[in-house]
Amino acid sequence: MTPPEPYLGITDHTPVRLHILSVLVENKAGVLARIAGLFARRGFNIYSLAVAPAESNARFSRVTIVVDAESAPLEQIVGQLDKLVNVVAITDISPKDALERELLLATIKTDVDNRTSLLDIIASAGAAIVDVDAKSVTVMLAATPGNCDGLEKALEGFSDVELHRTGRVALPRLGKTAHAY
Amino acid sequence: MQLSGAQALIKSLEQQGVETIFGLPGGAILPVYDPLIDSTIRHILVRHEQGAGHMAEGYALATGRPGVAMVTSGPGATNIVTPIGNAHMDSTPLVVVTGQVASAAIGTDAFQECDITGITMGITKHNFLVKSAQEIPRAVAAAFHLATTGRPGPVLIDVPKDITQSMMDWWYPSTVEEYDLPGYRPEVALDEQAVERAIALINASERPVLYVGGGTLKSRASKELLAFAERTKMPVVTTLMARGAFPDSHEQHLGMPGMHGMYSAVTAIQKCDLLISLGARFDDRVTGKIPAFAPHAKVIHVDIDRAEFNKVRFADVAVQSNVAPVLRAWDGASATPHNLDVWWKEIRSWQEQYPLVYDEPATDGPLRPQHVIEAIGAKAEPGTIVSAGVGQHQMWASQFWKFEEPGTWINSGGAGTMGFGVPAAIGAKVGRPDRTVWCIDGDGCFQMTAQELVTARAEGIPIKVAILNNAYLGMVRQWQEMFYDERYSEVYLSADLPDYVKWAEAMGCVGLRATNLAEMREVIDVANSINDVPVVIDFRTDSSEKVFPMVAAGASNDDIQVHPLQQKGSR
Repeated sequence: MTPPEPYLGITDHTPVRLHILSVLVENKAGVLARIAGLFARRGFNIYSLAVAPAESNARFSRVTIVVDAESAPLEQIVGQLDKLVNVVAITDISPKDALERELLLATIKTDVDNRTSLLDIIASAGAAIVDVDAKSVTVMLAATPGNCDGLEKALEGFSDVELHRTGRVALPRLGKTAHAY
Repeated sequence: MQLSGAQALIKSLEQQGVETIFGLPGGAILPVYDPLIDSTIRHILVRHEQGAGHMAEGYALATGRPGVAMVTSGPGATNIVTPIGNAHMDSTPLVVVTGQVASAAIGTDAFQECDITGITMGITKHNFLVKSAQEIPRAVAAAFHLATTGRPGPVLIDVPKDITQSMMDWWYPSTVEEYDLPGYRPEVALDEQAVERAIALINASERPVLYVGGGTLKSRASKELLAFAERTKMPVVTTLMARGAFPDSHEQHLGMPGMHGMYSAVTAIQKCDLLISLGARFDDRVTGKIPAFAPHAKVIHVDIDRAEFNKVRFADVAVQSNVAPVLRAWDGASATPHNLDVWWKEIRSWQEQYPLVYDEPATDGPLRPQHVIEAIGAKAEPGTIVSAGVGQHQMWASQFWKFEEPGTWINSGGAGTMGFGVPAAIGAKVGRPDRTVWCIDGDGCFQMTAQELVTARAEGIPIKVAILNNAYLGMVRQWQEMFYDERYSEVYLSADLPDYVKWAEAMGCVGLRATNLAEMREVIDVANSINDVPVVIDFRTDSSEKVFPMVAAGASNDDIQVHPLQQKGSR
C-alpha cells in the first residue's frame, strides 16, 4: 500500500478522507493540551484546529478539529476523544454536508505604485482590504477553505507576505444534520 | 464548619471509606500529613514513592476497592509515575494525591516543582489541579467516581500547598451531578440488538471459545461466567490479566492464551469459529501476528470501553457493556452453540499431547523454577494470593500456580513493570490480612524494589517472597539465547551478589536459601510456619531454563514452539 498523498489541492470543501469533528468541551485549563496530547500519542493527524468559547455559555468551548481519517479509523479517533473526561459531546459533519468557513489575514509588502495586480487578486477573491499604508496592504478573506487556498496561492507571486489562517469552522448545511456520537 | 484544605482533604478521603493510604511525606504535602495524625485512616510509610504506587495497585487488585497513594511534589510525584502508568495499562482503580508548590510559585521552576498533571495526562484516566480549598471535596469525590466506574483507572489530584493551608467551609457532594463531570457518562444502556446479533452468532457456532480478559474481573462477573460457561459447555481461556476469573481446576478451562500460553488455549483460539471476548483487548502478547490471529473466527467483543472495538481486531458484534449483564442476557435467552463434542475431542487431544512440562529436577540442584512454584503451591492454603514481578518467573507463576478465585493473582500485565511484585504483595496483604500472600519474584525484579520489605517489617505486614534466583535477567537472556545467537549482552546479575539472605535479615525479615530439593521442601515449610515477619527465600534455580510454550514476537500463533521435551518425536 502506498502512503497517502498529503492534501495540498484546492477544493471548495474538505476532502472526503478528512472529517470535521465539532467537539464541545469544558472550558477548563489544559483541555486543549489533553486533546492535542491524545492525538499526538495515538498518532492521529490533525489537519486543522479552531477553538473558541461556545455559544452563550462560558462553561464550554467548541473545538473544530479536521482529522485525517487515514491516520487512524474515525471510530478510534472518536472513541478515544470521547474518553477524555472534559469532552462533553462530539459531532461529525461529513464534508459533503458541511458549510465551512475560514478566516484568512495577509499583509503584503508592496509599494503604492505596484499594487494593480494585487488589487485585481483581492477583487477577484472577494477579499477586503482592512489596513493599508505606503508600503503594505492587509487583506482579509472570510470564505470557504478552498477560496482561502486560492487566495493564498495567488499571493505566492509576492515576495514578502505574512499570512495567517484560523483553521475552519463548520455547520451542517440546512436540511442536513451532523452525526452525533 | 471551617476546615483547612488539608483537613478537608483527609475528611474527604474518610468520606470515601478509605482505610489505608500508602505514602511518603515531603515539603509540598506537609500540611496534609498533620490532620492525618488524628484520622482513622492507616498510613503506610513507604521507602520509595514507587513502592506506594505499586502497594496501592496490589491493594486494589486484591480487594477490588481503589488503592490510594499520597506523595509530595517534584521527585515524589515523578517517582510514582511508573505505578500510575502501570495502573493505566491494567485499568486498576487508583487515586493518587500529590502535593504541589504554592499556586503563586507554579510556573516559576520553584523548588520541587514539576508539572505532574502534564506529565501524567496520557497515563491517567483523568487528573485535577485543585484551584481552591473549597473545591477539594468535589475533586476527591470525582476522583473516586472516575477511578472506579466505567473502565477503571488511575486518577491524580494535584494540590498546591497554599490550597491545603487555606480555609474552607466544609461540604461534601452528595450526588453525581455535584461532581461537575458533564462529559462523563460511564453507564450505557445495553444494546439489545447487539445482544441479539451476538446470540445468533453463538447459536450458529460449532467451535466457540470464551476469551476472558481483565475486564471480567474488574466488573466482578466470575459467577456469571461460570454459569454461562457450564450451561453452554464452551471452552474458556483466561488472559494474564484474568487469571482467577475462572477456576483453573475446572475441566472447561484451557488456561492462558498468548505468547507463553497453553498450547491448547492458543490453538483453540486459532481454530475456533467464534471468539467471544469478555473484557479483553486483543493485546499483542495474546494475538501474536494480528492478521494470523484466530483466522477463522467471527468475533463478539464485549467491553465497557468502546474505543477497544475494532482497535486491533474487527468485531462482528460489539457490545458496549460490563460483562455480567451481557452474560445474563445471553443466559436468559438460552444462547447455545451446536453440540461441541467434536470440538472438545480436538481440544482434549491438544491437551493430552502438549500439557505443561519441564525437565525433571536433579536432587542436588539446581532447582527447576517451575518445580519451586508447584512446590509452594502444593503447600499453600486455598485462597493464597500470589504476586509477581515481570519476566520468566511471572510467566511460570501464571502457568504453574492454580488460581481458583478472583483477586488471587496480582501482576503487572500491560506495562510489564519489573519490581512490581514485592510492593504489590505488601499492598495485597494490607487489603487482605486474612490471606497468605506469596510474591513469586525474579532476582532482577527483587533488586528494583526490595527496600519496601523494610516497610513491610516496620508496619507488620508478613508477606513471603520467593526469589527464583537464576542470576540473570532471565527473560532477556532467553531472547538473546533464542533470537540473538546466544550473544548474551548485559544480562548477568550473579547469584551471590547481593547476598539475598543477609539483605533480607538486614531488612528485619527472615532470610532463607535453598539450593537442592531437600532444602527447597524445608524452607517452604519454614516460611509457612512464620506469620509475624516477612520471609525471603533465595531459591537457586537453573539459569538455562526457558519459558515454553513460546510464540516468537511478531510470529503467528500457529508457529507456537512447545517445550523441547515435546519437540522430540512428537512433532
